[in-house]
Amino acid sequence: MKLFESELKVVNIGLESFRQGLTDSGVKSVQAQFKPPLTSEAGLFARADKYAARINKANEKALARVLEAKPALVGMGVALDVIPGMRKDLILHAGPPVTWERMCGPMRGGIMAALMYEGLAKDPKAAEKLAASGKIKYAPCHEHSAVGPMAGIISASMPVFIVKNEAAGNFAYATQNEGLGKVLRYGAYSPEVIERLKWMETALYPTLKAAIESLGRIDLKTIVAQALHMGDEVHNRNRAGTSLFYRAIAPAVIKTARDTETAAKVLEFINGNDHFFLNLSMALSKASLDAGRGVKDSSLVVVMARNGTDFGVQLSGTGGKWFTGPAPVPDALYFPGYTKADANPDIGDSAITETNGLGGFAIAAAPAIVQFVGGTAADAVNYTLAMYEITVGENNIYKIPYLNFRGTPTGIDVIKAARTGILPFIDTGVAHKKAGIGQVGAGVLSAPPEPFARAFEYFARNLR
Amino acid sequence: MIKTIIKKGAYFDSVSLMQVAKKLNAVPGVIDSAVVMATKENKGIIKASGLLTPEILRAGDSDLAIAVSARTPADADAALKAAEELLNMKPAQAQAGTDRKAAGLADAVKTLEGANLAVISVAGRFAGALAAECLEKDLNVMIFSDNVPVETEVALKRAALKKGLLVMGPDCGTAIINGAPIAFANSVRRGNIGVVAASGTGLQEVTTLISNEGAGISQAIGTGSRDVKIEVGALTLIQALKMLAADPATEVLLIVSKPPHPAILKKITAEITKIEKPVVAVFLGGEIKEKLKENFYPARTLEEAAYKAVCLGKGWKLGKAREIIYDMNLKAEELARREAAKKKRSTCLRGLFSGGTFVSEAQVILPEFSGEVFSNAPLDKKFKLKDSLKLSGHAVIDLGEDEFTVGRPHPMIDFSLRNKMIISEAKKPEVSVLLLDLVLGYGANLQPLEDILPAIVEAFIHNKELSIVTSVTGTETDPQARFKVVKGLEAAGVIVMPSNAGACRLAGEIIRLAAKK
Repeated sequence: MKLFESELKVVNIGLESFRQGLTDSGVKSVQAQFKPPLTSEAGLFARADKYAARINKANEKALARVLEAKPALVGMGVALDVIPGMRKDLILHAGPPVTWERMCGPMRGGIMAALMYEGLAKDPKAAEKLAASGKIKYAPCHEHSAVGPMAGIISASMPVFIVKNEAAGNFAYATQNEGLGKVLRYGAYSPEVIERLKWMETALYPTLKAAIESLGRIDLKTIVAQALHMGDEVHNRNRAGTSLFYRAIAPAVIKTARDTETAAKVLEFINGNDHFFLNLSMALSKASLDAGRGVKDSSLVVVMARNGTDFGVQLSGTGGKWFTGPAPVPDALYFPGYTKADANPDIGDSAITETNGLGGFAIAAAPAIVQFVGGTAADAVNYTLAMYEITVGENNIYKIPYLNFRGTPTGIDVIKAARTGILPFIDTGVAHKKAGIGQVGAGVLSAPPEPFARAFEYFARNLR
Repeated sequence: MIKTIIKKGAYFDSVSLMQVAKKLNAVPGVIDSAVVMATKENKGIIKASGLLTPEILRAGDSDLAIAVSARTPADADAALKAAEELLNMKPAQAQAGTDRKAAGLADAVKTLEGANLAVISVAGRFAGALAAECLEKDLNVMIFSDNVPVETEVALKRAALKKGLLVMGPDCGTAIINGAPIAFANSVRRGNIGVVAASGTGLQEVTTLISNEGAGISQAIGTGSRDVKIEVGALTLIQALKMLAADPATEVLLIVSKPPHPAILKKITAEITKIEKPVVAVFLGGEIKEKLKENFYPARTLEEAAYKAVCLGKGWKLGKAREIIYDMNLKAEELARREAAKKKRSTCLRGLFSGGTFVSEAQVILPEFSGEVFSNAPLDKKFKLKDSLKLSGHAVIDLGEDEFTVGRPHPMIDFSLRNKMIISEAKKPEVSVLLLDLVLGYGANLQPLEDILPAIVEAFIHNKELSIVTSVTGTETDPQARFKVVKGLEAAGVIVMPSNAGACRLAGEIIRLAAKK
C-alpha cells in the first residue's frame, strides 16, 4: 500500500530499454548491472547463508587483524639468511605453484637469470638445462612469507627488505625493485641484467641496510596512506610512494653511506625508478594479510597471485590451499611497437596490493592513470565503487580524497564475489611473453572467475 | 617514411600519450607511432621500434616527441596533424555518479535512495534468487523473466505477503504503477480505474481502450500468468485486489484473466464480494454467470470489460458501453459487406497474433460467425491444432508461444516470423482473411510500420481477394503514436479496428457473409 503513496523509484536489472518508459514519465531509476553468480550450485549459497552469522564473525575478525597491522620496514638481509625455509637450491617465484614445464617465458627467463646470478650456471644454455634438470626446486614466494613483482624470482643470495607487522609480529620479504627496461623480473637474463643485480647486491643493499638500521624503522603504512592522497594507488603508480620513501631514507643514506659517490648513486637509482616503492607496498600488503590468515570459517581472500600461467587465490579459512584458474591477458595500453599479441598472461604477486584494498581497488585515488581504465575520472571511481560490493569492510587508514575520504574497499569476501559475479579489479604492468624483452604496457583486468568459483565451492562444501 | 614533431616543454602524462599513440596507430597509412616525453628511458624504448629520429635524440626530458612511421609522406603529415588534434582534445567531463550503472543490487539501493520497485528481466534461472534479495531489501518486485520454477514463485509471493510487498510475475510483461509504464506497457491517462491482470496483453488492451475512451488508470498490476493456477492460488491477484480496494485513487476495479482453476476462482470471488467498490471482471472463455454482489459486472471480452469500467469510472450509465460497441459494429458491417463482395466463394480465416490473450478473445468471439476455430492455444482442447505450422480451416495462432519464441525475440518486437507467415498464408488459395494484432507501447517494436508493411504489400500482391483486419493496441502518447501507425496501415489497405474484439467481429462477419455465397 505504501507503494501507491510514495514516489516510484525503480531499480532496473536486465533489459536496459525498460528504463525509457520510466524516464519519459519522470520516474527516477537506476540500472543495476547483473552478472550471473560464479557457481551454478545454488545449494552452496544456501549453505553459506546457513552459516552466515559464523562466517561474518570470522571475516570481521580476520579483517580486523589486517586493518590493525602495523607494517614497518625494519631491516634488510640476504634471502638465505632471513626468509623462512630458504635454501640454496630453491628458487621462489610469483603466483601459485607451477612446474618448469608450465612456466611462461618471462618466469623461465627470470629463473635463468637467477641461476647465472647465483653462479650456478655460466651461460643461458647451462642455466636453462639446470633449471629443467629437477635439481632446482621451485616454490611460491607466498609460501615463504615473501612477494615478488612480475616473475617474482627470489634466489638464495638476493638481498631482501624485511617488513615487520609490529601488531602481530609476523614478517614479510621482498627484493629491491630493479627499475624499468631489461630486468630480471620481466625475464631478462643478459649480462647487463646480472651486472645490475650485482650492483644492487654490493652497493644498493649495504647502503640501504645501513640507512634503515640507523633509522630503526620506516613506517610504511603512513607512506601508503599519504601516497593515496598524492595520486598513487601503489600498484601501477608509485611515484608519490617512491618520493615519500626517498624523503624518509635520503638523510640516513647520506649519513651512513661508505662514500658520497655511493650515496649519490643509490639516491639517483631510487629517484630514477618510479616503481621503487612497489616492492615495499607489496611487502606491506603481504605482512598485513598474513596476519588475517588461519581464521576458521573466514571466507576472506588473503592472497591473489599470478605466475603468468595460473591465477591463484588463498582464503583465510582454508589454510595453505591454492585455488587456481588460467591467468588472463590484461586489457592494456601498449608501449610503441607492441600489441596485445606480445603480451604475456597476467603475472606477479603484485595483486597482493588489491587483496589489501590498494591498487585497482583504490584506483579512484589515482586520477593520473585513469586512462588505463577507460579515460575518465568517473570510470576510475566506478571501479572502486564496484569493489565495495565484494569486500568485507572499508579501510580505516587508506582513504580516497575524491570519495570524501571514504576508506578503500578492503578484504575480498569470496562469498560476495561468487554471489554477485563481480570479480576483483586489478591494474597492472604487462610483460612481453618472450623472456627478456621486458614491460610492453600497462593495463587492467578483472580477475578470472575460476579461482574464486573453486575457492567458494570448496569453502562452502567444507562448512561444518 | 618517418616524420617527427618536437613540442618544447609540453608536458603530458605518459598514459594520455599512450592513449594518443593507440589512436594514432588506427589512422590510415600509419605503420607505427610513438608519442612520448623525450626522456632517456623513452628514447631507449622507441629506439627498439625504429622511431628514434635525430630530432628526438636531441630533444630533452621536458619535450614532447611525436614520431610517425607511415606509408607515404602525406599519410605521415595527416597522422601528425591527427596527433596534435588528439592532444588538444578536451577530455570528457568527469561526471562521477551521474547515471552511473550500479555494480549490483546493493550498490543500486545505495545509489537510488528510497528505491521501492525492482524490475527483473535477467535469465529465468537467476531471477528467483535476485527477486528474493530484492524482497530482503524491502523492494516490491516485478519479474519479467520466465522459466522461474513455480515453487520459487510461491515462496517469493509468500515472503512478499509477510512483508507487505508486491511480487508481480514471474512472466509478468507489463504493469502501470503510479502512472509509469513498466516493461511492455502503454502511455495511458491517469484516472480512477485500477486493473489487476493475469495476462499481459489483456492488461495492455484494457488500459489503452480505457485511456483512448477518455477515462484513466490509477494502477495496473500484472500478476504473471501462473498466479491463478492452483499451485500459486492467486496470491498476487488477491493481494492486488486488497491494495486497490484500499487505494483512495481507485474507484473502479477491473480484473482480467484467463479462467482460473475452479478452486482459485472461488477464492477470487470470495474476495470480490468483500470489496465495496464496483468490480468488473473478464475471465476469457469462462464468464462468471452468478451475481456475486450488487455492483459486480462480469464481461465476456476485454473490450466489454474496458468499456464497462469506463462507464463506471465516468459515472455514465452502463448502456453507454453497449452504444460504443454498437457504433463500432455499424461501421464494421458496412466494411464487411465491402470486403465480402471481393470474395468469390467461401473462405478461411487465419489469425496470426503476437498477443496470447488476443488469441483467447478471438476464440470467444469468432465461432458465432464462422463455426469451428482451431488454435495452438485453444480454449477448448477439442480445437487444438495438430501442427502449428500447417494451418487448416479457420485458425488463430499465438506466435508468443514457446514453440515459436525459442531462440528469437518476442513477436511484439521481432516481426520477421509473422511477416513470413503473413505472406505464406496469403499465398494459400483457401485463405482470404488475415486477422492480426499490433501492440504498441514501451518495450514493443519501435518502428512497426517499417517492419510490417513490406509483408502486407506482398500479401496483397499474391492474393487479390485478401482482406487484412487488425487492431492496434496503443495510445497517441505511446512512443510509436497510434494514429501514425493506423494511417500507415490503412494506406496499405489494412482495415484497422479500435479493439481486438472489434477486429475479430469484423473478420468473422466477412467470413460469414462470404460463406453465404
